[in-house]
Amino acid sequence: MKLWRQLVCLARRRSPWLFHMNAGSCNGCDIELVAALSPRYDAEQLGVRLEGSPRHADIICITGPVTKNAVGAIHTVYGQVCGPKAVVAIGSCPATTNVFIDSRTIDGPLEKHIPVDVFVPGCPPRPDAIIQGVAKAAAILAERGLNPPKATVAIAATVAEEQP
Amino acid sequence: MNLITALARLLIFPGLLFAVPAAWFFLWVERKTVALMQGRVGPPFMQPFFDFVKLTAKSTPPRSGIAGALMRSWPLIALASAAGAVGLLPVLPSSGGFEGDLILLLALLEMPSMCIIAAGFSSRSIFGEIGSAREAALSVSYNIVFLLAIVSIAASQHTFRLEALAALPASPLRLLGIVAIIVCLPAKLHINPFSLPNAEQEIYAGPMTEYAGPELAMWELSHGLEWVAATGLVATLLAPHFGAWWLAALVFVALSFAIVLLLSAVAAATARLAIDTSVRFYWQCTLIFAVLAISSALFMRYRL
Repeated sequence: MKLWRQLVCLARRRSPWLFHMNAGSCNGCDIELVAALSPRYDAEQLGVRLEGSPRHADIICITGPVTKNAVGAIHTVYGQVCGPKAVVAIGSCPATTNVFIDSRTIDGPLEKHIPVDVFVPGCPPRPDAIIQGVAKAAAILAERGLNPPKATVAIAATVAEEQP
Repeated sequence: MNLITALARLLIFPGLLFAVPAAWFFLWVERKTVALMQGRVGPPFMQPFFDFVKLTAKSTPPRSGIAGALMRSWPLIALASAAGAVGLLPVLPSSGGFEGDLILLLALLEMPSMCIIAAGFSSRSIFGEIGSAREAALSVSYNIVFLLAIVSIAASQHTFRLEALAALPASPLRLLGIVAIIVCLPAKLHINPFSLPNAEQEIYAGPMTEYAGPELAMWELSHGLEWVAATGLVATLLAPHFGAWWLAALVFVALSFAIVLLLSAVAAATARLAIDTSVRFYWQCTLIFAVLAISSALFMRYRL
């Protein structure tokens, strides 16, 4: 039994499947998330797969400052992902609502609505940082049972800007 | 075929003990080939195994009533039929078999596709229903060619017994039939250019959209076993007859691997075709070869 538990932990760390959700993002972070799966960054080496259906996913990647329209969809999708699950907030928008703060069309930040496990700050964050955030979320997921209390929040470090 | 041989074939070789690791290996080869052709490194070797373990440890959404029971049973039926199909393959020489086991093999090979159609409709998701409708249209198209090709091979050799078919030497007619079968395999395995039923970017995961956790793991495994069964069928028809069992097993594995590589490379190099183009491809272009094969087989039969 203990061996099986260890195996499941290892498998969860090695096989994070993502569901990408745009909650009113300007598309900047979405492009970076897709870039993380491209040949240059190749997140599939960590077992990452971008899934179309939230039922298949382990990790929800949410971008955008959470517009009022998106709140219902966020709750629906969060409920559709089967446990254990983790949430990664990509970019500065879901963390702080960024430059859209105090807008009357925004109902952010994301933490008001669902528990967030990993924040990846940046406007937009680099693909390296997104991959690091997903890896941290997978590690959190590995330790988590089926019905977790809210996990400790980890903040993925922003990767220093490289010289072009 | 007595009970012990049948059990040994179903459970050990080429059955579950061999086929499950082989299924994971083939799934990895498929993903790795795509990655290499895109200039990426790709997933690690154990990836399909980790995916399977992770999915079995996930929870499933609550489902009640007959629809829920049906949804839970489709992946199990698909898995069982795919495993049975692998167990029937005449890999080892003089391993038994019975008259007409080719027909049983074809029926078992068709079951996963039927289960996918039923699963999509019973999930009552719009994406699942579209995926199932596409799968049904595709199935009607490629199965004509697939069955005609296999029947042409069987008719030219006067038998529906797999072992007898595998033991006979290759002829040009048989090669034509095998080529027709290989052309049908991408549609049977839902890979590019015929990945319509589970076309991500269009209909999310098609019939699998509502499946999660262990049920999805069963689907992944049955897909892998379909790979083993379908490529194994071609491998047994292609392989020359060997007396030594280890040589036969080795050639079987090597040939299956080569076919998986070929299909994965084709999948990575092509884009998805629309449903009308796919159906037209099978009904207009490929059907001619299948009809040629079966008519020459029948002609040969009456001449002999």
